[in-house]
Amino acid sequence: MSGKTLEIRHLNTSFFTQKGEVGAAKDICLEVRPGQIVGIVGESGCGKSVTARSVMGLVKYPGRVVSGEILLNGTRITGISKKEACSLRGSEVSMIFQEPMTSLNPVIKVGRQVEEVLLIHKKITKKEAKKEAAKILEAVGISDVASRMECYPHQLSGGLRQRVMIAMAMICSPSLLIADEPTTALDVTVEAQILRLMKKLCEAGTSILLISHNLGVIAQVCDYVYVMYAGRIVEQGETFTLFDHPAHPYTRGLLGAAKSLRSDAGLLKTIPGVVPNLLHLPAGCSFSPRCDSCMDLCRSEMPDMLPAGEKGHLTRCWRS
Amino acid sequence: MLHNALQRLLQSILVLLGCALMIFIMLRIIPGNPIAVLMGEHADTAVIERMTAELGLDQPVLIQFFRYIGGALRGDFGTSYSLGKPVSALIASAFVNTLILALMAALFAWVLGVISGIIAAVKKNSILDHLFMGASLLGVSMPVFMTAMLLQYFLSFRLKWFPIAGTDSLAGFLLPAVALGWNSAGSVARLVRSTLLEILEEDYIDTARAKGRGQLGVLVLHALRNAMLPVITMMAIQLSGLLSGAVITETIFAINGIGRLAVQAISARDIPLLQGTVLFSAAIVIIGNFIADSLYNVLDPRIRRRG
Amino acid sequence: MFQSRAQKFARRYEKPNPDSRDRSEELKREIGEEETFFSLMRRMAHENKLAVFSAIVILLFILGAVFAPFLTRYSYHDMDLLNRLSAPSAEHLFGTDEAGRDIFTRLLYGSRVSLLTGVVPTILSMLGGAVLGVISGYHGGWADALIMRLADIMLAFPSMLLAMVIMYMLGGGLINVFLTLALVNWASVARIVRSEVLALKETEYVEAARVIGVPERTIMFRHLLPNCLPTMIVLFTLNVPSAILTESSLSFLGLGIQEPRSSWGLMVNAGRQFLYNAPWLSLVPSIAIMLIVLAFNFLGDGLRDVLDPYQKR
Repeated sequence: MSGKTLEIRHLNTSFFTQKGEVGAAKDICLEVRPGQIVGIVGESGCGKSVTARSVMGLVKYPGRVVSGEILLNGTRITGISKKEACSLRGSEVSMIFQEPMTSLNPVIKVGRQVEEVLLIHKKITKKEAKKEAAKILEAVGISDVASRMECYPHQLSGGLRQRVMIAMAMICSPSLLIADEPTTALDVTVEAQILRLMKKLCEAGTSILLISHNLGVIAQVCDYVYVMYAGRIVEQGETFTLFDHPAHPYTRGLLGAAKSLRSDAGLLKTIPGVVPNLLHLPAGCSFSPRCDSCMDLCRSEMPDMLPAGEKGHLTRCWRS
Repeated sequence: MLHNALQRLLQSILVLLGCALMIFIMLRIIPGNPIAVLMGEHADTAVIERMTAELGLDQPVLIQFFRYIGGALRGDFGTSYSLGKPVSALIASAFVNTLILALMAALFAWVLGVISGIIAAVKKNSILDHLFMGASLLGVSMPVFMTAMLLQYFLSFRLKWFPIAGTDSLAGFLLPAVALGWNSAGSVARLVRSTLLEILEEDYIDTARAKGRGQLGVLVLHALRNAMLPVITMMAIQLSGLLSGAVITETIFAINGIGRLAVQAISARDIPLLQGTVLFSAAIVIIGNFIADSLYNVLDPRIRRRG
Repeated sequence: MFQSRAQKFARRYEKPNPDSRDRSEELKREIGEEETFFSLMRRMAHENKLAVFSAIVILLFILGAVFAPFLTRYSYHDMDLLNRLSAPSAEHLFGTDEAGRDIFTRLLYGSRVSLLTGVVPTILSMLGGAVLGVISGYHGGWADALIMRLADIMLAFPSMLLAMVIMYMLGGGLINVFLTLALVNWASVARIVRSEVLALKETEYVEAARVIGVPERTIMFRHLLPNCLPTMIVLFTLNVPSAILTESSLSFLGLGIQEPRSSWGLMVNAGRQFLYNAPWLSLVPSIAIMLIVLAFNFLGDGLRDVLDPYQKR
């Protein structure tokens, strides 16, 4: 298969607050190819969730997509009608969320919540939908499906609930699955299971856009990674290249912090300073106040994405 | 679950008994012999004493209380001093009128309140939202007697659309019901709006959207059912409010209901009647609370299984 | 003013590599920036013009009540039998009643009673309810059971009927209206404070206070009660209008304030028999009640938005 499952071109999504327009995602260009797992990594508030929600058309009020294009399997999905968007959501592109505890409706049985997706998008009877739902729930590794379908969400564990969420997302076999921090709320063993499941799904033909602040998770499953900082992509590249030769000082800082976490010797390494307020970004490169190799140029002008060594490895840093 | 319900039932009965005791004590600490007050200054002391003994008012309060409860269990709430009829019969005939009034008021309040609350929440910050919320605040802030008298003055007196008072036909109930429900409609609308807004922020609403549900589907199938839970609790609270308001509305529109009976009992210093009406109203509130609790338990699976 | 604070921030970031002390200060501002009561009020004033307007309306009512004698040339009981039931005019702003008394004047004097019955019983019931609620929530056990069952019983009565019975028991009059309203309202306050305390009890600082041996009473009234304050403030602004409404209803039924004292509810009641030929008799005091209640409700809403005590649950 050729082409791209998802292509985002120069996306800008802003929140219109009383204190002014806040650019949460700025000039995002991103691609997901068929059969790929693509990761977006960054601190909380850097715009990764907003980017994902922009694709789904689920940006929360008072935010909205200001400009840019999003293409799904080559078709433009920005600016389509609400009805068309609804028919895509859940069937062509679906999403799972961070909190499996609160992402399922507490007063509806989980079986019905899974069936619901089919009933929205396909013309089938309730009975068939139930059968299908049981099949997919079994496929995502839930045992004792018949009785679990009759359960309410609060009766299931976090891992099970996230499996239910995945089943719901996969039941119409979408071409793209967006996973927003799917394992953050789970413990480590369950995390590994869920990641394995996602890899399996990907091998079965669904492309995945995985959002995480956890570098370990990204390293384990992703083919290609985007690093975001203060609403912009600051570095992108093949997972191994990027992890072995980080070109942007922010990525280096992230990796350093993660590494110092794993080794037991010495102090915990951190990146100095705090994430800037999106409403009042510093002039020039957003990272410049925290950067240890900052130059005068950095404080006056924001760099474009520049090539950094290997093919496909780009970074938004003047020093590359 | 059954165990839970039984426990709640038992608790309700205890609260009702507590209510009876409290009202009993309150009406017995008033200084002076109620019979003497009733018969006026010129009554014969011997007659007063005989009457007092006959009604058991010379006994200690606690003994009187247990007698009263014993009688109440057999459906005997004593005899009205002023009207000379059994209190239970008086309440029974008045209750029908109050029930019709309260039901119509509740219907009006709920339909108006829920619909405008939903519209206001969905169209948050629109003109419609501001309009509805302004109207509902006005509703909450208007004293019942004001609404009642305005309706009476304009719709009955000026336009002659409705009878001024009395309950000869069901139309006679219409204005009192609107006057009584107007208040509750405001608070229902506000509660529905705020709960719905809160729920529309929940993660599972995003999930429903991500499934491809449209605006209406999300609202009806996912949000409303959750939003109804606190609203049901409010229903029980409003029952008490409706009965309070009924006192005023019934007085203004001359409806022979429980509230008016209580007012009559006070002006006639008719203790058995006052006791009966107030206790009966408390019983209705307690039963309403019990039903609301049970309903909540049925609708919210999280509570259902926990018990 | 917020703009400038944020700009100060922005300028900070332009400075490269702040040293560590600078950074900690920065973090403190960023994370622990606490809003004082005063700045909260300013924020409310900024966001909710209606609340400010309401506060002004309430202030005007209070001023009218205090300076009543200076605001009118009529006295409160002067009858003018030639001018009975006259319609509103320049002479008599809101007309006259059945005895020829100036309604505007009576309204001013009546507002003294109505405002007092809004505030005094609410303070009483909130004090009582708060103390009982804190004891109930913190102490638990038999005290909790006793207080809460008593509250259950009080709340089971429709408030109007309960108030009627207590008024009947105590007899009419201003002081008795105060007592009645306080007795009717303490239970709901106690319940709300109790649930607040139950939540606060689990917090670390209460735990810590207990661990280091702070006496129970100190924990209850120095640590727990002050933290219920935002809730109490909102509750106060919502209970005042409901007390005013209950008083006016009682007086409307003839069970509250007694002649020759006057309150708005009593004025409505007195005007009722002239509803069809002189509707302003009842209407003017009704509108006054509505305005003051509306103002308190708006103010309460504004306060709730900034203090938001219910979001904690």
